[in-house]
Amino acid sequence: MPVPAIEFRGVSFARPGQARVLDDFSLSVDAGDVLALVGRSGAGKSTLLKLVNRLLLPDQGAVFVEGRDTREWLPIALRRNVGYVLQDVGLFPHMSVADNVAVVPRLERWPAARVSTRVHELLELVGLPAHEFAARWPDELSGGQRQRVGVARALAVDPPVLLMDEPFGALDPLTRAELHAEFRHIQSRLHKTVIIVTHDMGEAFALADRVGVLEGGQLIACDRGAVVAASTDPRVRRLLDAVPMIPRPSSIAQAFRPADRGGAEGPHYS
Amino acid sequence: MRALFSFWIAHRAELAGLFGQHVLLVAGSTLIAVALGVPLGIFSSRRPRLASPLMAVASIVQTIPSLAMFGFLLPVPLIGGVGARAALVVLILYGLLPIVRTTIAGLRGIDPSIREAGVAMGMTPRELLRQVELPLALPSIVAGVRVAAVVGVGSATIAAAIGAGGLGEYIYRGLSMVDTTVILAGAVPAAALALAVDGALLWLEQQLSARRRSSSRRAAATVAAVVAAVVMLSSAAAARRSSGAIVVGSKNFTEQLVLGELLAQAIERDAGLPVDRRLNLGGTLICDQALVAGDIDVYVEYTGTALTAVFHQPVSNDSSAVFDTVRALYAKSGRTLLPPLGFNNTFAILVRGADARARGLRTIDDAARESGRWRAGFGYEFVERPDGYPGLEKTYGLRFPDPPRVMDLTLSYRALAAGQVDLIAGDATAGLIKGLDLFQLEDNRRYFPPYDAAAVARAATLLKYPQFRAALERLSGRVTAADMRAMNYAADVEHRDVPVIVREFLARTR
Repeated sequence: MPVPAIEFRGVSFARPGQARVLDDFSLSVDAGDVLALVGRSGAGKSTLLKLVNRLLLPDQGAVFVEGRDTREWLPIALRRNVGYVLQDVGLFPHMSVADNVAVVPRLERWPAARVSTRVHELLELVGLPAHEFAARWPDELSGGQRQRVGVARALAVDPPVLLMDEPFGALDPLTRAELHAEFRHIQSRLHKTVIIVTHDMGEAFALADRVGVLEGGQLIACDRGAVVAASTDPRVRRLLDAVPMIPRPSSIAQAFRPADRGGAEGPHYS
Repeated sequence: MRALFSFWIAHRAELAGLFGQHVLLVAGSTLIAVALGVPLGIFSSRRPRLASPLMAVASIVQTIPSLAMFGFLLPVPLIGGVGARAALVVLILYGLLPIVRTTIAGLRGIDPSIREAGVAMGMTPRELLRQVELPLALPSIVAGVRVAAVVGVGSATIAAAIGAGGLGEYIYRGLSMVDTTVILAGAVPAAALALAVDGALLWLEQQLSARRRSSSRRAAATVAAVVAAVVMLSSAAAARRSSGAIVVGSKNFTEQLVLGELLAQAIERDAGLPVDRRLNLGGTLICDQALVAGDIDVYVEYTGTALTAVFHQPVSNDSSAVFDTVRALYAKSGRTLLPPLGFNNTFAILVRGADARARGLRTIDDAARESGRWRAGFGYEFVERPDGYPGLEKTYGLRFPDPPRVMDLTLSYRALAAGQVDLIAGDATAGLIKGLDLFQLEDNRRYFPPYDAAAVARAATLLKYPQFRAALERLSGRVTAADMRAMNYAADVEHRDVPVIVREFLARTR
């Protein structure tokens, strides 16, 4: 059996002076899988991601990335191996779009020609034609465009693992749907190991191979979307009921399939 | 207005030199303050516990008046003393606070998610600082640099008090000559410089805040180029020969400027040595400290002043006894008192000429009878000195209704003429006595000790350059009280140039 790309083993974590965010938490994600973690605000979703790229270290237990304990990784090497897309994007406002995407390649001391080829390629990949967007500044972009740049930046050195913290949370529904389609398209080509954190069950079904539900510092469900959607656990149902329109099982099945890239494609659950 | 322009045109070479010194002082101190302040700001922004005590200390330093700061630094080795070095230290201390403060503010103002993005992308703390934090804090830091530079332009005018040069020299000279034109000749370019610095850095700050990297680079390059050009021009203008030169000092009033120039020209002509003029150095104690520290080689002191203010000896009325005592005391500490120049600049108790004529005042005793209705104004030194006001009050039984107003010595002449006070203690040789129609009351009880003017020099320098000693000795007995008053009058009232006055005097008496 291959080593899981990411594995949490009995992890507990508390912020100093506060209640435990994670309590004896275990989870594994296989290489190339997309896992969506759903939970209400404060359920420890962001903490969980920060434990993967060693922005935080567990109090007990251990987190393994590609079979290695994060304590044994050099933090800098680990973080350059793990793409991170933040909730509020965190684009550097003093750098152009191209320079933002080029940050990690330059940290890795890539030659200039390779950097510019890569930036061009990535901008095309996320649907922002380089000739039009490379020289723009973050404050000249729409929210959706900024988030695309954030994704391109996270993918810049082709890390095997991608962490996404509420990546599409601040976008209007139409843009979000567009980006969902874009994400599925990109993932169908790149096959990254992805953990997406969201409070939106609909988004989880639309993007993920597996959906985990986080509550009280523990994983109360983790399975294929259809299974989670059919769950009778009242805690899971509460989250499901919060979604404006529960998708029919058939459309959920459709959502898992890597969709063709079509401009008119809308979200299946709407 | 016309007087101001013709002054500038007549003194254009000197003006350029002083302007150059001023720019160099401000540019140098601001650059060093940035080099120290930004790292200090970065350091303390990471250690909040350290930041507040640090800022408290920096704020306290800022509240020390600059003149007092120069005073504190006088006796400090290496960084203190007189001259440009001490002035730089003071200006750097003043510049640090705004720069440290805005560096901290700039770093703290960065959106945490941006910093987190940098860390999560695998930036080392150093990469994060250089690529993200400093560029984002830069507009704020530049705002601090702007404050530091503008404050520096102002504070640098005070540096003239310790012989650092700069536009403040005109301001001090104008104050001692009671000549508004000369004050403005220094104050106007200083104000213009402050406005120009403020404008240039404000423009840079706005360019940087616009977050357009390419254009902000252009802006930074433009400002750097302009600064470099100005600094180069300034150093060219400020360049003075100084190595191996005899350094002549003087106190900060007209007669001392004349005497300093007199020593300087005599040394240049008769000894053939280059001279560095550090004139206008504040009061007695500053000059004495500078002499002891070796920052100056010679200045003119008055025997009575040396006896009481420098050596803290009891007052005496016997002029040759005072000279011998002072000479012996100086000799013990590596300083040599040369033979007297020939005039006694004792204190002169002055009233308005109109009052003296109307009331038939002739002596200080006559004035003591009127003192119940009068206000007195004295310089700082006179109020403190044992041979100053305290003894005068007892000897003559003066009864002023209010305590005397303490004011700048040279301003007190004008205050008397303008009727703001009715009696002052001036110098017997002051040209303004004639210029402002003041009357010197006779010291009929012989209260004031002798104040024979004589050069005091470092013994080591005298030994090293015998021709220096010979030049100073040739001046002995050459300057009478009438000569001195005439030269002071020419400078203070006729507003003639001191070097010209001295040159004419030397030519006449040769």
